[in-house]
Order: sequence, then structure tokens, then C-alpha cells
Amino acid sequence: MRVELVDIHKHYGPVKANDGISLSLEPGEIHGILGENGAGKSTLMKILSGFAAMTSGAILLNGRPTAFKNTATAARLGIGMLYQDPLDFLNLSVLDNFMLGHTGRLRLHRKLIRPHFTSHAQSFHFHLSPDAAVKSLTVGERQQLELLRLLALGVEVLILDEPTTGISAEQRELLYAALRRLAAAGKSVVLVSHKLEDVEALCDRVTVLRGGRVSGTTMRPFDTQALLAMMFGRPPVMPPRIVHIPGQEVLKLDRVSAQGGRAGLMECTARIHENEVVGLAGLEGSGQEAFLRAAGGITPPERGSVYLGGRDMCGRDYHDFRSGGAVFVPAARLEEALIPGLSIADHVALQADPPPFFLQPAAAAQIASAKIADFRIKGRPGTAVDELSGGNQQRLLLSFLPPNPRLLLLENPTRGLDVESVNWVWQYIRGYSQRGTGVVFSSAELDEILLVADRILVFFNGRIIKDAAASETDAHDLGRAIAGKLSS
Amino acid sequence: MTATPNSSTGSILFRQVLEIFVLLGFVSAFTILVMVLTGAPPLAACYHLFMGSLGSWVKFSHVVKAWIPLTLCACGLLFTFRIGLWNIGVEGQLVMGSVFATWVLRMGMERPGDGSFWLTAALAASVIGGAVWAGIAGFLKTKGGVNEIFAGLGLNFVAQAVVLWLIFGPWKQPGVASMSGTETFPVPLGLQVAPALRISTAALLIAASALVLTGFLLGCTRVGLRLKAVGSNPFAAVLFGLRPDLLMFVAMLFAGGFAGIAGNLQVTSIYHRLIPSISSNYGYLGLLVVMLANYNIWLIAPVALFFACLNVGSIQLPMMLQLDSSLGGVIQGALVLATLGVHAWRKTKNTGNEP
Repeated sequence: MRVELVDIHKHYGPVKANDGISLSLEPGEIHGILGENGAGKSTLMKILSGFAAMTSGAILLNGRPTAFKNTATAARLGIGMLYQDPLDFLNLSVLDNFMLGHTGRLRLHRKLIRPHFTSHAQSFHFHLSPDAAVKSLTVGERQQLELLRLLALGVEVLILDEPTTGISAEQRELLYAALRRLAAAGKSVVLVSHKLEDVEALCDRVTVLRGGRVSGTTMRPFDTQALLAMMFGRPPVMPPRIVHIPGQEVLKLDRVSAQGGRAGLMECTARIHENEVVGLAGLEGSGQEAFLRAAGGITPPERGSVYLGGRDMCGRDYHDFRSGGAVFVPAARLEEALIPGLSIADHVALQADPPPFFLQPAAAAQIASAKIADFRIKGRPGTAVDELSGGNQQRLLLSFLPPNPRLLLLENPTRGLDVESVNWVWQYIRGYSQRGTGVVFSSAELDEILLVADRILVFFNGRIIKDAAASETDAHDLGRAIAGKLSS
Repeated sequence: MTATPNSSTGSILFRQVLEIFVLLGFVSAFTILVMVLTGAPPLAACYHLFMGSLGSWVKFSHVVKAWIPLTLCACGLLFTFRIGLWNIGVEGQLVMGSVFATWVLRMGMERPGDGSFWLTAALAASVIGGAVWAGIAGFLKTKGGVNEIFAGLGLNFVAQAVVLWLIFGPWKQPGVASMSGTETFPVPLGLQVAPALRISTAALLIAASALVLTGFLLGCTRVGLRLKAVGSNPFAAVLFGLRPDLLMFVAMLFAGGFAGIAGNLQVTSIYHRLIPSISSNYGYLGLLVVMLANYNIWLIAPVALFFACLNVGSIQLPMMLQLDSSLGGVIQGALVLATLGVHAWRKTKNTGNEP
């Protein structure tokens, strides 16, 4: 099926997420959509998959204008989307999930569908047991399941949003093979990514978005520098690493056990020092999240003690940790870190210290404007935070950090950000560690941890199984530790 | 609930006025359907509803008497809705306001003297009574994890039981306990009624200042911003240095305090004693007023007036048309359901199809 997007506009208030995008998707082609955060990729795909309504423009399927009311309409017309976080039902079995969305008879025929599912999975070399509970699967396996489900529904156009985030190298190869096979069978595949390597390995054609517009289209073979120039206007450079000399101890965890994540935190002992940047590695939910939240006073430990600057923080809440100099920034920006519905200026007003009893909107707007300029946020003081893109939300959060905290606890601070934003974020955070702040962060990207951290703690099943200086380890070593295998 | 910051106030107002007209059309259609089904002549019923509430100054004065407690309860409820609490216990808080007022005024009866002193004391006591009752629900919510709806409903029953116990027990009329309530207070222990208006100006002033105070606190002070922040994202609010538990408790105290004043006015300006049905259900109706007004302070006064008209006007229905007066309640309920429907519809329309 040939899909044409003609002059698509999508406005969220004053923000133009899509500002006149036109492109076409040919059958049998793997088409990459590349762009930094806030470039408009996700918005465009939400429109194509029927998840969001466009402000103006047209979608032509095989030359015929089509209006999508919702995802169900899009799915019936043969357009399916694989989201970054697979939208499955964790308590159901693999087979039940697979059957979701199958229309037709009221009664489900598990016996009929089971062999169908198994042969389908095998043909793609996906090893999925039909009876396993979905919650026991890894992100990569859940993605495979969702892919099979969409194919069984008969999609002709398959959209994948950042599909290689959080999956293993082996799963990535399987996914690549599956996508190539689908394209060869005449389906259109759309790969949305900010990772050049994915796009270069897989795509036949790439459309680059910047600032809600198409900034260029190229065919294979790709010129990396040209792609970067289309994405950013100028190629980004990663700032050189500075080796810090750790100072005094700012945080000590003494045999701390706490709830959180899949594994929780078990009997964890660790020390963090001034000037130090510590990266937490491990599979998602292996204890990094619980570590950061216990260290920040968000979840009280079940056992063990947390010392902040030498003071026992037993029984203290986040407010005490905050006045003790610890700042926690959660990964889920809109769900946990910002307040949907409030504007940038409102967020500024909330933090005024000491807070005036009467609100001073003019003063708050002025401070907000200054932050917007300093942190290059695309928005205005009156813009509601939910209208900002992920990268801009992260910049806003960083602009809220106090000037001289003792300890920064950052949960996945660069999740979903493009290269340029990532560099910017780390440059900014390094400024803190140079001024003496101890920085602890978690990340799903090993490369990032190796590049940024001075010291790395590897979590496995709720325990720290490796504690090494970044200069004394490498990706291979860390990879083994993450999988629970310690090199001798 | 909130307007987008970039659209001008004028267009918001226009849209809301438009929505109200759409709603009214919706509700009239539904009401007419109910009337037709029950065999009532719709036009005549509407006529009697209108004439029964606005047909004469005497009738309108009854409307205003209902408008005052409705407005007070609605003002208090804005605080709890703003922080995301469903304070259904407002009914019991109103009742306890009446009880505390009666308690102080009974002391005043035994020690004759300056009436205004006892009235002021009764006002303070009713604020405390309502706030204590709300505080119990707030405490159970923040410290015990008990949903405020369950706590509030339970406390409503307790408050009603307390009233009955007082009327038939410790505060019974000399000689005989009666459903007609406690002994009537002497004139100095009631609010003065302006003879020309047939309304207590003090009560009207109290309700008007409650509106102004609420609008000011929620719109122009850090209290309003903080309540909204916690209501929208309690977890993030903690990271911004706020204490959601404390703020929830404060919001409950405001709601209880305003409801308590409403209860006080029921005693001091309407019944001049404690009766079993002292609340006239104004607490529950206040919840409907706030929802119909879409949590907007500017719409509270007109919507409360409309509800008061329906309440007073529907008294005419049994007399004139042999209809049950509960038809007024049917209309009120239909209004609120229609409003919630329209708001839900607008929400899905605004955000596209996003969940």
C-alpha cells in the first residue's frame, strides 16, 4: 500500500509540532524517519497511526484521501504501530495477548490459534512460549510478541518507534531480519529513530525532520555527516571527559534493602563522594531505580541505613533529604517530575523561596523567560509543560536544579533524547560535578555510562555485583556483569 | 478544568456560555421527556417552576435563602476539588456546623445579654464544628489511607444520628421530645431580617464574601497554586517541596469551615432551632452545583441561583399539577449528568483520541 502524507500540520497551542510535512511511503521499502527530540517524529507517527488528530493536511492511501478517527480505524485500513513501550497486558499470557484485537467470532479459539502462533513465531526465529505470562518477558520479547500480533491483524504499513531501545544485540538482529523480510514481502516499514546506526543498517530511504519540517531526504548509501547536518544544522561534538578527583563522602548506603522496580534493592552498600560521577548500569528494574529512590529519601528503606553527609537519615522524608542537599530527578518527566496543566511560569512560582503569599505572575514570568533563554527551551512562560517535547521538559527540569546541591540523583536523565540534547545535558551536569556535587545517574545505554561516569556500579537482581572505575572496565566486561556473569 | 493559557479570557467565557446553552437544551429535552412519560404537561410545569421561584418577591426571597447555603458549600468544595479530593462529607460538615451553632446559642439562652456576642460565638463555633468533621475525614485520608468518600459518607450518617440524638435526648423541648426540633431561640439570638427584603442581609453578605475570599485565595495566592499542583501530580509536588498530606488536610478544613457557616445560617436565619432535616441536602446539592459550574468560581453564583430556583419552584408542582416535587431533583440530577457528559466529550475532542 502506498501512503502519502500531504502538508501535515499539528499545533499544540502555540507550539507547531508538525509544520507542513509531506512524505510518501512506498510498498516494499524500509523508510527511516530521523530527527532530534522535538523534531516532530512522534507527533507525525501518532497522526499516521490514528492516535492523534491533525490540525490540517491529508493522508492518502493508494491515492485516496482517508480520515482516521482513531487507532482502530487505522488498524482496519492496515496501519499498525509498535510503540516504544509495548502496549500489552502484563497479566495475560503470551497467547491471550496475541489474540487481542482479533475481530470476528465472540468465542476465542485458543486451540485453533495456538499452532498458528507457534509457526508464525518460529518463522521469525522468535522464541516465545505461548503460555508464559507477559510480565515475565523482556522488553525485546514483548516487542516480538506485539510485532506478531500486528502482522496477524494484517497490517500493510508497520511503524516502529525507537524499536532498538532497551533490547539486546541479538534481539536487534532478529528484529532487523524480520523487518527486511516484511519489506521483501511488499509491506511498508517505517522506522522512527534518533539512532543513526539503526537507520544506516536498515533503511532504504531516510527522511530527516527538524523543527517540525522536512529538512532533507536521502537514499542509501547514506553519508553520516550529511545526515547529522540535516538533523542539527551542524554536527555535534561530544565534550571531552574530565577526570575528577573524588572528595569527601556525601552519601553512604549501609546494607540497605528497599522496594521498587522488578527486583527491589537488597543488602546494598555503597559510598558516593564529592566531584564523583557514578553511573548505575544493569537491566531495567535490577535495583538502580530503588537505589536512587532510597538514596533520595523517596522510598524509605526496609532495612539498613542511609547517611547523607555523615548524618543518619533514618525516618526522614524527601524534604529532609532536600534540605540536606540531595536532589532527585525522576525519569518519567510528565508523570513524576512535572505537573501537567501548569505552565512553566507556574512551576517557577511554586519554587519561589521564600514563597510570597500573594502570587506575583509578572515576576514568575520574568524568571521563566530567563530560564527559557538560558536553557534554550522551545516554549513560552505561559506554555503548559505537557505541551513541551521530551527534550525541552528535561531542559526545564535541569533549570530547576538548585545551584549547589551536595548530591544529584538522576534517573535515566537522557532517556529518549537525541544526541545533541544528550551532550548538552551532560555538559550541564558536569558543571555541577566540577563544583563539588556528587552525581549518581542510571542509564540504559552502556556507551553513555562508559563515556560519562567516573565509576560504575552494576546491578543484577537487586544487588550491586560490580563496582569499578570506568577507566578499568569496558563494554564487554560490563555486559557480562549486567547479565549476571562476573568475569574472573 | 483549566483554560489554556494562550487563549483570551473573552473567548473562554464565550465558549463556556455557549456550552451552558447547549447543556440547557440537552437538559430541557430530557426533562420534557420525563414529564411526557409521567403524563405532566411540560409547558405548564415549566411555567409553575418559573412562577414558583421568581414569580413574586416573597418567592424570590425563598430562593435567596436557598442560594446562600448552596453558595457557601460550593465555595468550600472548590478547595477540595482543586486538590483532587471528593468531599462528599460536606453534608455532615454542614450538619455539624448547625449543631455547634445550636450548642452556643443554647448557652446564650441561659445567659440573656448581648445577642450579637452569642451570634459571633456561634459563627466561630460552627466553623470549628464543620472543620473538625472535615478534619476527621482528612486525617483518616492522609494518615490512615481511608478514601475520603467512604469516610465522608460514614461521617454524614454519624452527624445525622447526632442531630436526632440531641433533639430527642439532651436538647429535647421542655416536656416533650418532638420531630419539630429543639426549643425555638428568642429573636435576639437570630440574624436580623431586613423587613423590606425578607432576607437577612448579614447572611447574604457572608455568602458574597465567601465567594470573593474563595476566588482570591484560589486565584491569587500560593494556596491556590499549591492545591492545584498537588491535585495534578502529588508525586511531583513532593519534589517541588510541597507536602500533599498537609495541603489535603488544609483543603478539607476550608471545605468544612464554609459548610459549617452554611449550617450556622440554617439555624440562625431560617429555622431558629435545630431540626432533624436541618441540612435540606444543601451539602449534596453543593457538590452538583460545583460540577455543573465546571469548578469555575465565576459560575458558582449563577448556577447556585438556578439550583435554588428549581428547589423552591418545584414546591409548586404538587399543588398546581398534582406532580411530585421530586421532579425538581430529577432536573438537577439530569443537569449534572449532562454537564459531566459534555465535559468528557470536550476533553476527548481537545486531546484528539489520546487516552
